[in-house]
Amino acid sequence: MSNSLDAYLILSAILFSIGTFGFLARRNAISMLMSIELMLNAVNLAIVAFGAFVPDLAGDAAVIALMVMAVAAAEATVGLAIVIAIFRNRRTPLVDEYDSLRR
Amino acid sequence: MLGGLLAAAEGEATGGGDATLNLLITLIVALPMAGFLVTALVGRRLGRQAHWIPVGVVVASWLIAMYVVFQSLTGAEPFGAHGYGFTIWEWIPAGDFVVSVGFFVDNLTACLLIVVTTIGMLVHVYSIGYMGHDPGYWRFFAYLNLFMFSMLLLVLADNFLVVFVAWELVGLCSYLLIGFWYTRRSAALAAKKAFIVNRVGDVGFALGIMLIWVSLGTLDIREVLERIGELDPTVIAAIALLVFCGAVGKSAQFPLHVWLPDAMEGPTPVSALIHAATMVNAGVYLVARTADIYAHVPGVMVVVAAVGIFTAILAASIAMTQTDIKRVLAYSTLSQLGYMFAALGVGAFVAAIFHLMAHGFFKGLLFLDSGSVIHAVHEEQDMRRMGGLSKKIRITYWTMLIGSLAIAGIPPLAGFFSKDEILGEAFKFGFYWVWAIGFVVAGLTAFYMFRLMGMTFWGSFRGPRELWDRIHESPPTMTIPLILLAIPSVLLGLAIGLPLGDSTIKHWLEPVFEEADELLGIGHGEYALFGVDGALILMSVGIATLGLVVAWRLFGVDLGFLRRDPQPERVDAIAQANGLTRFLYRASLNKWWFDELNHLLFIVIGGRAAAALWWFDVRVIDGTVNGIGRFFVDVGGGLRQVQTGRVQNYALGIAVGLLLMAGAYLLIASR
Repeated sequence: MSNSLDAYLILSAILFSIGTFGFLARRNAISMLMSIELMLNAVNLAIVAFGAFVPDLAGDAAVIALMVMAVAAAEATVGLAIVIAIFRNRRTPLVDEYDSLRR
Repeated sequence: MLGGLLAAAEGEATGGGDATLNLLITLIVALPMAGFLVTALVGRRLGRQAHWIPVGVVVASWLIAMYVVFQSLTGAEPFGAHGYGFTIWEWIPAGDFVVSVGFFVDNLTACLLIVVTTIGMLVHVYSIGYMGHDPGYWRFFAYLNLFMFSMLLLVLADNFLVVFVAWELVGLCSYLLIGFWYTRRSAALAAKKAFIVNRVGDVGFALGIMLIWVSLGTLDIREVLERIGELDPTVIAAIALLVFCGAVGKSAQFPLHVWLPDAMEGPTPVSALIHAATMVNAGVYLVARTADIYAHVPGVMVVVAAVGIFTAILAASIAMTQTDIKRVLAYSTLSQLGYMFAALGVGAFVAAIFHLMAHGFFKGLLFLDSGSVIHAVHEEQDMRRMGGLSKKIRITYWTMLIGSLAIAGIPPLAGFFSKDEILGEAFKFGFYWVWAIGFVVAGLTAFYMFRLMGMTFWGSFRGPRELWDRIHESPPTMTIPLILLAIPSVLLGLAIGLPLGDSTIKHWLEPVFEEADELLGIGHGEYALFGVDGALILMSVGIATLGLVVAWRLFGVDLGFLRRDPQPERVDAIAQANGLTRFLYRASLNKWWFDELNHLLFIVIGGRAAAALWWFDVRVIDGTVNGIGRFFVDVGGGLRQVQTGRVQNYALGIAVGLLLMAGAYLLIASR
């Protein structure tokens, strides 16, 4: 069981769930970005696991995983930049206080 | 505008007409319009001099009108026997629908022109004195000029639509002048009442005009009269009845008579000009002008006669107990107009127009006299606080006595000839019931007029003592018109009503009513002065004298050798004699409760119906529309709650959505 596809997928699902919970439960914008990274990495883990255990996907999985990493890096950069910009403006990292569009 | 009209008149004249004559006829109408415009624009700055322009234009208009009338009545070219008309302007050239503004003068128009311009001019002069202290001096003259324009347009126009426009314009002037003292609530209400009641009749008139257009395709009066015979009798009857509706409203006949007595809220010159001598005659004129239509449908003519004679006796019975001097005269006007319609209804068109002219003069005179009386006793209108005025205001007294004798039908004054002709013709054409009622009305007329004279001029003064010393005759601008109007009141009958049975006015108007007479089969009956006609004359003079003597015995007289003091206790005794007289007295005093009836029918019941409809409109129709709107507003408001602005709520939504979709997919895929 320790070296099977299911084990990797279960780990991936656990990581994704933690990430989702973090994204929904944390109010701090930085923590939310970190949760997103966790979810992306959970997905990446699932992809490479498929690559290792399904022979037909071996090549493709590595490429997709690299692509996801690149996108995640870009997303993190942009996300952090936005958070910093908002933080400078609103003096708070808490997203539930970012409500000026609603008023 | 004036320049345009003149140019138009001259331009058209190249088409074969007589350029000078066209110009003159156009000027009769255009001058008062110009006077109105000038006075309306600069009148305020003229102050007490504001009367010069309006009076000037009306006098000029009168002079021209007299020339045109003379030409027409003598049958000079190009009038001939059947009149002369010309077009000045194509007003609405829309395909098949062409309305051209043109004027038409025949002897009927000429008769109306005499009345309208003469009385109009004298009333203008009279107003200089009567309105002398009024702050709205210039406004009053501007309105009077506008009225003259409208009324002259009405009698001269040769097209139904133009007549209708003029018809509404005189109605507007009537409204403006009744409500002239608009700060007085009763005057404002009376003006509104007159306007609204007139609208009721005007709807009928407008529908009649539409029906004429639909069925004949033209609105030119002469063409319509020529071609009316082509139509189905039912359509002709409908047209005749609808046009008569308009006449009933404007001439204040039953059941639309309620506005005229209230119209006495206006200044007295207005009552004389508009509500006695000219505008209220418009209905009579209209029916006479369209006599050819009525002649096709004798049934409708009976309706006209019935409405007329019923109004005559109804109004005369009310006039007997009124105490406001102007209201007595107002009901008298209703009654006399009823006579005219009765005459039209029995086919005595000439007699109707003759009475219209005579009535115009003597009723105009009576109203101006009443104004002079009111002026003398310092705005008092209640005859119970007058009396004995003959000693103070001699000219007013004598002219009013002449007017009263004229309307009572005492020979040889104007009213005798015209009223006698109506009664005589009604009898000879077989309308015995019209004759019988008219005969009674003649007696009532003499009675209420000499009741008015007795209460106003004879006996002793019943007002406050200190007022008696301040009573004085009116200025010459007021008394001269009185004298000038008294002349035709005396002489008109002698001038154009002789010889009896073959009178001058009959010769004037015969060509106008030729067609109608022929259709009705009215020939030139023998006139038997020593037969039936003589007997009828004796009877009507007899009943008039009876009415007059009864009034003298009850309300006093003071005519040199004839002297008798008023006997108010006998009046009361008669009024309270028994149940019937008590009822009649109260009915007359309360005007047969017509105002109350209208109040009940239209204000109370009509108001309830309107309120019910309003409820339906607000609750059901508006409710549906607003309900749909409110539904979407509410739904939107509800959905708005979803947009919290919190990122995590949205993310939760996405997560839940994804879970649901994934769950649904698994569920379906596992099947």
